[in-house]
Amino acid sequence: MATDPLQKTTSPAAATDAPADLVRFDRVVKRFGDHVVLDRLDFSVQRGEHVTLIGPSGSGKTTILRLLMTLERVSDGVIWVNGEPLSHMRGADGNLKPANEKHLREVRRKIGMVFQQFNLFPNMKVLQNITEAPVNVLGLGREEAEERARELLDLVGLSDKVDAHPSQLSGGQQQRVAIARALAMRPEILLLDEVTSALDPELVAGVLDLLREIAHTTDITMLVVTHEMNFARDISDQVLMFDSGRIIESGSPEKIFSDPEQDRTREFLSAVL
Amino acid sequence: MNYDWDWGAVRDSLPLLWDGFLTTLLATVLGTLVAAVLGLLVAMAGRVPTRLVTVPVRAVTEFVRSTPLLVQLVGAYAFFNTVKPLTIGIAVLGIHYAAYLSEVYRAGIDAVPKGQWEACRALSLSPRRTWQAVVLPQAVRNVLPALGNYAISMFKETPFLAVITVTEMVAQAREYGADHFTYAETFTLAGLIFLAASYPTSLLMRKLEQRLGH
Amino acid sequence: MGDFYSYFFGHLPQVWSGLRVTLEATVLGSIVALALSFVFGFMARSRTVLVRGVSRVVVEFFRGTSLYVQLFWLYYAFPLLAGYQLSPLFCGVVAFGMNYGAYGSEVVRGALNAVPKPQWEAAVALNMTPAQRMRRVILPQAWAQMIPSFTNLLIQLLKCTPLLWLISAADLTTVVQQMRDRTGASTWAYLTLLVLYFVLAYALTLLMNALERHAKARLGQRPPARSLLRSRTSQQAAQPEVTAGGAL
Repeated sequence: MATDPLQKTTSPAAATDAPADLVRFDRVVKRFGDHVVLDRLDFSVQRGEHVTLIGPSGSGKTTILRLLMTLERVSDGVIWVNGEPLSHMRGADGNLKPANEKHLREVRRKIGMVFQQFNLFPNMKVLQNITEAPVNVLGLGREEAEERARELLDLVGLSDKVDAHPSQLSGGQQQRVAIARALAMRPEILLLDEVTSALDPELVAGVLDLLREIAHTTDITMLVVTHEMNFARDISDQVLMFDSGRIIESGSPEKIFSDPEQDRTREFLSAVL
Repeated sequence: MNYDWDWGAVRDSLPLLWDGFLTTLLATVLGTLVAAVLGLLVAMAGRVPTRLVTVPVRAVTEFVRSTPLLVQLVGAYAFFNTVKPLTIGIAVLGIHYAAYLSEVYRAGIDAVPKGQWEACRALSLSPRRTWQAVVLPQAVRNVLPALGNYAISMFKETPFLAVITVTEMVAQAREYGADHFTYAETFTLAGLIFLAASYPTSLLMRKLEQRLGH
Repeated sequence: MGDFYSYFFGHLPQVWSGLRVTLEATVLGSIVALALSFVFGFMARSRTVLVRGVSRVVVEFFRGTSLYVQLFWLYYAFPLLAGYQLSPLFCGVVAFGMNYGAYGSEVVRGALNAVPKPQWEAAVALNMTPAQRMRRVILPQAWAQMIPSFTNLLIQLLKCTPLLWLISAADLTTVVQQMRDRTGASTWAYLTLLVLYFVLAYALTLLMNALERHAKARLGQRPPARSLLRSRTSQQAAQPEVTAGGAL
């Protein structure tokens, strides 16, 4: 690679006196009706850390990513990103109140997300899927955005698909484009929501290899929900085991995968491994 | 705008409009009946396994759907000049909407699962029995909400019959309005009566549609 | 037969002028209808109950009171109330526009709601503004969905333009009626008229099919070329427009 397309995505704040916790959940509750999905959740993620969330489906992992992406709103508690409230903003009296759209747009800037179902825009070709937001949201020049998009497509191995429609791509290719699209926004935090669950089995490995490369060559902070335990072991600094909206165990991948403390964790791992 | 609204005209024209409304209702009910029966026949003709039947049927229904009801009405009125205008009106409304309803039936029949036909064959039911006892009861269920919605559309198009001298509600409104120069009152009244009749019926259809799970 | 057609072809400029009135009413009416479809369709999605309520009431009013009555009201009643007469064509354009705008608003609302929610979410994840999400992501997808229903409404609108005859605008129906009166050849006159409307309807359908194909191609879908020539009335007939109701 002549230029490293990810170079600019490295976090610029590393040298400043930002708080050590990049993301902090503070007694976060999420309810849908009477159903409590997240129950007074506390955890934090440090800058550059790769955190994997595992656990049975319905345990609230995806909800955490959706809360961080501001696709859902917290029912109670506060989410902090880089010392700033994400779910809330400071009112005139200094107290926290629910964030408005303007605040949300401000805080979202640091965060990118890759979805299980790719969610590419069918009304745009591959290149425009990647350049659309950099041009219209970040205000990049079209040429610069396209140059970066081509570099990113090169990185994800799809240089020849610049002018393709998303519908002409395989699931694995669509997901690679979606990854490039998220990276094009130069996120400090990348959320990966079961990104290989919708893929045909033979396409999974390629996407995971790509994500490994990104994890090992950049210092983007990652929150990953996945059922691919080998992948989780490879990239994680920290693994959080969820059950019924609570973290029942956390630690290094070595510890969680080799020597879990909780029976529930052992049970879950033996079921998925 | 300082128009002197004439409540007297509203009161006095109401019985006339009511008369017209009954004609409107009669035309709608009979027209819907014609459309429902004829539409089914057309849909069944569309399933006859020879192009000699299906192609002309498709062409005629297409033509009827693509041309204005009003022109069809005045054309039929001129051609069948010995038949009572109301009869012509009901027939033309019925035929016009049958062309639409046949598609509803077709979709309704198509929606009956293939397994149902196969089960009938497995039980050696006669074709007549297959249609009567198995296919149509299920198809009609699929068709009811659309039938209702078309009936409401037809209801709102019955004023077209005034063109062929049927004195339905709007014709009455126009006549009274012309005699007393109270178009504002009588047409407003006629419009509100349409609204009052069609809106609740539409809501009812919507309920029915939801009940049947469409 | 000979009489009518020699008269018809001898007076083609008249036919042409009637055709022009019909087309004007159709085109202008559908432009008004299209604009109102979007206005009321978007209002129906507003977060404010009042805005949604206004849209609901207007839509139900124009769907519920019969186009025929609306047209007559504008032509006969409005001058009495307002003190000035509207031109027949203007009455037609307004009445057609309001009536089909009301139906069209449901098409817009339905198509916007039909765009999968994950598309909104992906746009949020890329930090687009609400306006960008709508304009760049949602509308282009919803638009392709709206076109078949709009085609149907356009044909319906065309089929209503003979009403102009009743308020003495010199549309196609009026002109051919006059020719019938001159020649006394009712059957040929009306058959010709029906065929003319059929041709118009089919021409409009072809135009809309091309538009739909273009919109779908932008979504990476390629309908078979044959579909360009297909008349859509049979598909649309199977699903009548809902005549009232809808979520507030």
